Amino acid sequence: MSNTYRYLPDTTQDQEEMLAALNISSIDVLFEDIPAEIRLQGELAIPDAVSEPLLMKKMIQLSAKNKNANHYPTFLGAGTYDHYIPNVVDHMLLRSEFYTAYTPYQPEISQGELQAIFEFQTMVCELTGMDVANSSMYDGFTSLAEAASLAVASTRRSKVLVSKAVHPESRAILQTVAAGPGYAVEEVNLVNEVTDLNQLGQQIDKNTAAVIVQYPNFFGSIEDLAEVKKIAAENGALFIVSANPLALALLQTPGHFGADIVVGDMQPLGIPMSFGGPHCGYFAVSKKYMRKIPGRIVGQTEDESGKRGFVLTLQAREQHIRRDKATSNICSNQALNALASSICMSALGKQGIRRMAQLNFEKADYAAKALEKKGFTIINKAPFFNEFVVELPCPVKEVNAKLIKAGIIGGFDLGKDYGLENQMLLAVTEQRTKEEIDKLIEVLEAVVNG
Amino acid sequence: MTKATANLLYSKEHEWVLQLDGNRVRIGISDFAQEALGDIVFVENPEIDAEISANEAVGTIESVKAVSEIFTPLSGTVVSVNDVLEDAPETINEEPFEAGWLFELEMSNPEELETLMNEDQYQAFTNEGEN
Amino acid sequence: MVEYNDLIFEISRQGRVGSNLPESDVGHVDLQDKLPKHLIRDVPAELPEVSELQIARHYTALSNKNHGIDNGFYPLGSCTMKYNPKINETVARLEGFSRIHPYQPVETVQGALEVLYELQEELAVITGMDAVTLQPSAGAQGEWTGLMMVKAYHAQKGETRTKVLVPDSAHGTNPASATVAGFETITIPSNKNGLVDLEELKKHVGSDTAALMLTNPNTLGLFETEILEIAEVVHEAGGLLYYDGANANAILGKTTPGSMGFDIVHLNLHKTFTGPHGGGGPGAGPVGVKAKLIPYLPVPRVEKENDQYVLNYNEPLSIGRVKGYYGNFGILLRAYTYIRTMGNVGLREVSESAVLHANYLRKRLEPYFDAPYSQVCKHEFVLSGSRQKKLGVRTLDMAKRLLDFGYHPPTIYFPLNVEECLMIEPTETESKETLDAFADVMIQIAKEVEENPSVVLEAPHTTVIGRLDEVKAARQPILRYVKEEAAEREKEFARS
Repeated sequence: MSNTYRYLPDTTQDQEEMLAALNISSIDVLFEDIPAEIRLQGELAIPDAVSEPLLMKKMIQLSAKNKNANHYPTFLGAGTYDHYIPNVVDHMLLRSEFYTAYTPYQPEISQGELQAIFEFQTMVCELTGMDVANSSMYDGFTSLAEAASLAVASTRRSKVLVSKAVHPESRAILQTVAAGPGYAVEEVNLVNEVTDLNQLGQQIDKNTAAVIVQYPNFFGSIEDLAEVKKIAAENGALFIVSANPLALALLQTPGHFGADIVVGDMQPLGIPMSFGGPHCGYFAVSKKYMRKIPGRIVGQTEDESGKRGFVLTLQAREQHIRRDKATSNICSNQALNALASSICMSALGKQGIRRMAQLNFEKADYAAKALEKKGFTIINKAPFFNEFVVELPCPVKEVNAKLIKAGIIGGFDLGKDYGLENQMLLAVTEQRTKEEIDKLIEVLEAVVNG
Repeated sequence: MTKATANLLYSKEHEWVLQLDGNRVRIGISDFAQEALGDIVFVENPEIDAEISANEAVGTIESVKAVSEIFTPLSGTVVSVNDVLEDAPETINEEPFEAGWLFELEMSNPEELETLMNEDQYQAFTNEGEN
Repeated sequence: MVEYNDLIFEISRQGRVGSNLPESDVGHVDLQDKLPKHLIRDVPAELPEVSELQIARHYTALSNKNHGIDNGFYPLGSCTMKYNPKINETVARLEGFSRIHPYQPVETVQGALEVLYELQEELAVITGMDAVTLQPSAGAQGEWTGLMMVKAYHAQKGETRTKVLVPDSAHGTNPASATVAGFETITIPSNKNGLVDLEELKKHVGSDTAALMLTNPNTLGLFETEILEIAEVVHEAGGLLYYDGANANAILGKTTPGSMGFDIVHLNLHKTFTGPHGGGGPGAGPVGVKAKLIPYLPVPRVEKENDQYVLNYNEPLSIGRVKGYYGNFGILLRAYTYIRTMGNVGLREVSESAVLHANYLRKRLEPYFDAPYSQVCKHEFVLSGSRQKKLGVRTLDMAKRLLDFGYHPPTIYFPLNVEECLMIEPTETESKETLDAFADVMIQIAKEVEENPSVVLEAPHTTVIGRLDEVKAARQPILRYVKEEAAEREKEFARS
């Protein structure tokens, strides 16, 4: 074997010694149990190896083909947000004891990870107002689908109602997931940009396992959870809320309104946008559903000497024990991103998270008002958090092309998913300065006038 | 071995049945079953008033690394569940035939009792399984 | 050294901050003026109040209580705990990759789409498939995605097939995924050589068979030598073959699931392709398919039109979306970087070395432990602790004893069909010295079991904490920190 691969330590002598111990002449002997007709002849038709310096250069060049938020202030949100991540987060994440570890199945040498997850679970409970949270899910979208499946399994009912103001990708994934066990997913229409409660009242019945809304919803507006809960409870359906964790620093908690399950994505708190992943779903429930929650959970216990320690617990729920009786097949989670999020929440702290949320609220409010002053129509009738919809006189795609030329990444086009042509969903986070917002408005104005 | 088990009937799923008054029976799991499960950490009993039919899975018993379904050996209406297990599931390990019972049933088809084994037959059945 | 055992909430002091944000440059808005009172949070979330240094110390202290691959040997079978290259971490953090939004116009993310497109193409070559989706976030999600395609494929042909066959040595996710996809699982027993029993398989294959799920090499580390016959049996009955790629580290450049007859494959990029396990995730579980299944792949598909990379949402037979956006891009990027680093010859040498290491280590350990299967193994192998069990020491005890020597134990009690199982996967990135040192320790432990079992039974002796009470954890679950409850427990502890 050659010496060109820095991840392969065997020297020729090492190999000879191992082959000798096995009493064979070559490595090929170890592959003779593969039928000859399916053994590959020649090499895989993929490129040759690249040295580290050249590869680094190539990857930097590839990355430079993308326009990134460091150089192009972005007003895109729609589920993924550009928020500040304190430097301490990544420095701690690069502790390889965390990122090169497997799932903490050996608690004696995994107390660091286990405790970090226990702290994460606590923070999620604090933000959502729920009793129990798990160690994380793939992302907020799949987390929502798992919540629906939990509701169906636990109520033995076969229909879920989901508001159209829930993220389009969440609804799409929910449809795919529901096709497995075969439960029905019905969408609830909107009045203006929020869930139509009258419609909801008509669609709900005794076969409805759950009602699902988003908080703030896809258009940035804040749904009245008290009203939705009332309708769900009257019909014995579970109340599932998909919530932006940053917004929960200011908004009354879903737990307070009697949510049974709260899901969402921790991306706004400490996780880079990374072209959409990996992010970090969270999943929180009221105590009643503690033993039905999917995924891994960490619990506190003690060792023989009474010393506090942490272990993966309630494992009887999970696929590796329940196999075909499991209600969820989730195995891995997003532990490293949950850790990122915990560190970020620690850095922000009790006051900082409110300040960050407040800044988002203020900047979006400023942008909306400034647009209105210039004659633009803001579609949202309900109060909104850090996102709102602005109507444009021409297709969003054209406007976004002009914004790029001006060095700005524009908002989300509501045409494709909602048929709302010429409507743009703008997110204004704490990262956007007044100067950047003013520039956005200036370009939009020029588009209108030009 | 726990005393006063001679009157019990057993199912192949290792449940025992104790006949109470009239058509009312009490159901639990055998010493053999609790031993096999190990430290029991959680019991999910059927709900009161639930109509259940014989051999149906009506609940679960969890230990740390295993989960086992509760198959009711008889059909009927659930009239009582053992609340003690909610906070102290280990009672099944400690007294499977007494304080660790699971639920009580008003039988809808008492003839099903005939499908069950007596203690000797059950002993033979479990010995067979061990070989 | 002072032990540090605090939770971050316990070092919190009112008024401390760990970060600072700028003042608002757009003026102040009062929430009360905008929102009805009942929608405004009244009790703040109790997040910790700690300084930046406290955060650094806290998480550094936690990391010191964690064992990763960088700390030492990690022969966890079926998990492929190989080295996680540093260049991958650097690349994933480049601003042009980490600071891009998934909904940016495609013209502004051509570099990212190029990575995805090329990775799709190369994984198709590596697996012998015709097309690949990168959406699934993990192996289990890949399995489910694959099975939903199986379902759609049969439905399109007007067939209802309800059964998915899995061998008894399969990962728990296989039957769980089958259930979640709406199938019934039939378990096929292994024969005495640890392989799928072809005769048993024939008994269960029929017109209701949707698919057979297999890992090859299987979870015992053995190559299914009758794979072509197995494929024929399933295909003749109209079923499909699903390849669980958990063990793909054994076959890179040596053979492909495609040539074995598989129709669908998932890969665990966090195993074979060096995505770090991250303490449990994130992973990535791309799925490859043969041509007949391409129409059912999830949307969006990453495609190339002339010189432009585009996203195609318009596939009427697609099973739909399975994951947000385009998959776990950051993990996909690491896999891409790894494949570039190794190249075609390098990937083949990966598997050759992984298989050599496993066979060598087994050879060294075989005299001291029961080895249920005698044939050549692939990248991993199983031993049984039944000899030691007779002496009153269980596999769990030996696993705990390994901790005293700084090793992560092998996978234990899996697969389920081997008594007191130890499943060992050394990987190609370990040196011979490491393999020898580990073998020496295993042999020492086997001797301890005979001569001084209590040292094994009472292990671990050197870890920061002893064996934990898992029964207590599950009976009275404490799943979050609550200040008052914690104080109450302290008091009770003091009283007792």
